[in-house]
Amino acid sequence: MTARAFTRPLLYLILTGLSLFFLMPVYVLLVTSLKPLDQVTLAQMWDLPKTIDFSSYGEAFTKLAPHFVNTLYLVVPATLLSALLGSLNGYVLSKWRFKGSDWVFTGLLFGMFIPYQSILIPLIQFLRDINLYNSIPGLILVHVVYGIPITTLMFRNFYASIPKEMIESAQIDGAGIFKIYQHIMIPLSITGFVVVGIWQFTNIWNEFLFAVTITTSEQQPIMVALQNLSGSQIVEWNVQMAGALLAALPTLLVYMFLGKFFVRGLLAGSVKG
Amino acid sequence: MNNGITTPSAQQLNDGKAVAATNKKRGITTDRLLSVLFILPSIILIAIFVYGFIGWTGYVSLSNWNSLVPDLSFAGLKNYVFLFQDFRFQADLRNTLFFTLLFIAIVLILGLLIAVLLDQHIRAESLFRNIFFFPMALSFVVTGVVWQWLFNPSTGVNLFLKKFGLEPMWYTSVTVIPGVEWGKIQFGIPVAILAVVIAAVWQMTGFSVAMYLAGLRGISDELREAARIDGASEFQVYTKIIFPLLMPVTVSVIIIMAHISLKIFDLIYAMTGPGANFVTDVPGVYMFETTFRGNYYANGAAIAIIMLLSVAIFIVPYLISSRKREAS
Repeated sequence: MTARAFTRPLLYLILTGLSLFFLMPVYVLLVTSLKPLDQVTLAQMWDLPKTIDFSSYGEAFTKLAPHFVNTLYLVVPATLLSALLGSLNGYVLSKWRFKGSDWVFTGLLFGMFIPYQSILIPLIQFLRDINLYNSIPGLILVHVVYGIPITTLMFRNFYASIPKEMIESAQIDGAGIFKIYQHIMIPLSITGFVVVGIWQFTNIWNEFLFAVTITTSEQQPIMVALQNLSGSQIVEWNVQMAGALLAALPTLLVYMFLGKFFVRGLLAGSVKG
Repeated sequence: MNNGITTPSAQQLNDGKAVAATNKKRGITTDRLLSVLFILPSIILIAIFVYGFIGWTGYVSLSNWNSLVPDLSFAGLKNYVFLFQDFRFQADLRNTLFFTLLFIAIVLILGLLIAVLLDQHIRAESLFRNIFFFPMALSFVVTGVVWQWLFNPSTGVNLFLKKFGLEPMWYTSVTVIPGVEWGKIQFGIPVAILAVVIAAVWQMTGFSVAMYLAGLRGISDELREAARIDGASEFQVYTKIIFPLLMPVTVSVIIIMAHISLKIFDLIYAMTGPGANFVTDVPGVYMFETTFRGNYYANGAAIAIIMLLSVAIFIVPYLISSRKREAS
C-alpha cells in the first residue's frame, strides 16, 4: 500500500478544476457551433443555444469538403510510404548495423528538429523544377521525406526489442536479409506500424506550414482551408467553430479509439536511442 | 569419379563444409551490401532535403535576393545586420524569449503536478488522463481558432473575469512589462503573449503529463517504501527521491518543448497574427510573411538560419550526448 500525499477530496477538487480548464474550449466550441448566427453574440457566448441549429455545420462542410478530400489523398499515401520507409531504415539500423551506422542515425534524427523554414525556399524552387509545386503529390513527397527521421527513430527503437537470436537462427536456416524482413520483422511489427501510422496520420493531417506554402486555392489541405474561414469579411464564429470541429474530427476519432497507440508514439518519439 | 556410385570421402566432406562456409560468407556480404542499399535512398534524401537545402538557404541569406526576381549576388551579412536593427525582428526575439520561458516553465510545473495527482491511485484515472491528453491530437490551427474566440477581449473568459472587476485585453494589449528601452523596442513581457502561452500550454501540457507519468510508473514502489521506512515524510519522498529521479524526463521535456516553441508558427498565425506593434510576432511568422507575401527572400532566409541556429545550439549537444550514452 502506498501512503497518500494528498487528501482525497482536495486531490479530486484540483483534478476537476484542471479538467474544467481543459474542457472549456470544447464546451464553447460545441455551443457556438450549434447556434444560428443571430444568437452568436459576444454577450451570449457561454449560454447554451436556445434552439439547436446545425446549419453552421452544413455551411462549414460545403466550404471544407473539397479540402477534406485533398487531405485524405495526401494523408493516406504519405502515411503508408513513410511508415514503410521508416520500417526498412529501422530494420537496417537495429539489426544490420555497419561501421558508422549510429552516426548515420544521428544525422537522420537531426532532420526532425530543424525549423522547416530553413529548407522552405529551396524546397519550393525544387518542387517547381520537378513540376510538383501546388500539387498533392508534391506534398506527399515532402511529408514522406521529412517523416523519415521520426519514423526511422520509432521503428529502430521498436525493433531493438526483437532478440538478435531470432535473426541469427533464421540466417542459419538460410534466410537472407529480405526474407528475414518479410517473414520475421513485418509480422512482429504490426504494433509498430499502428503506432507509427497513427503518429504520421495525425501529424500530416494537422500540418500547416508546408500546406500553406506549397499549395494554393483548390489544392489546399484542410487546415489551410480552416484558417481561411477566418479570413472572410464578417467573422461567422458559429461556422468557424463548426469548421474547427469538422477539421479536427478525424484525428480526434483516432485518438478516441486508438489513444493508447497515440500516446505510445508520443513517448517513442521523444525518448532518444 | 568415373564410376556411377561414389561415396564421399572425408576430403570431399570437408570441401563441402568449406563451400557451405564460403557460401554463407558470401550470403552475408551480399546481405551487408543489400542492407546499405536499403537505407541509401533515405540517406540521400535527407542529405539533399535537409543538409543540402539548409546550405542553399544559408547561401540565399547571404545574397541580394529581396525581390521577385532571384538575385544571388553576394551581399555578405547585410541581411543579418538589417534584421538585428529591425524593429520587428527585435520584437520577435523578445517575444520568442518570453514565450519560450513561460511556456516551458508552465508546461513543466503543470505537467508534473497533474502527473503526481494522477499517480495517487485515483478513480477514473483514464478519464482524467484523456481529458489532459486529447488536445495533443489537435492541430495548432484548430487550437488557434478556438482560443482566438475565447480570448476575444469583449467576450470569452472576460465575461467571467468582469465579475471580479478584471478585464484584460489579452492578445489585443500592446503593453510590455516593464517595457525598458532596448534597441528600438521596449523590452519585457508583452501582455498579449500571455494569451498565446495559455493556448500553447493547453495544447502541450498533456505531453509532459504523459512523460512524467511514464517516469513515475518506472520508479519502483519498494524505493518509495524504503524511504518511508527511513522516516521520510510523503513530501520528502517526492522532493528528495522522486523528483531527482525524474531529472532525465525533465531534460527531455525541456528539449522537446524548446524546439517546438522556437519554431512556432501555426498557432500564432491562426490565433493572433503579428499583432499591433508586433507584440505577438515570432520569427516563424515574420519569415513566412516577408518571404512568401513580401518576396524578401534573402531576409526570410536569414531569419530561417537564425531560427535553425537557435534550435541547433541545444539539439546538437543533446543528440550527441544521447548517442554517446547509448554507445556506452
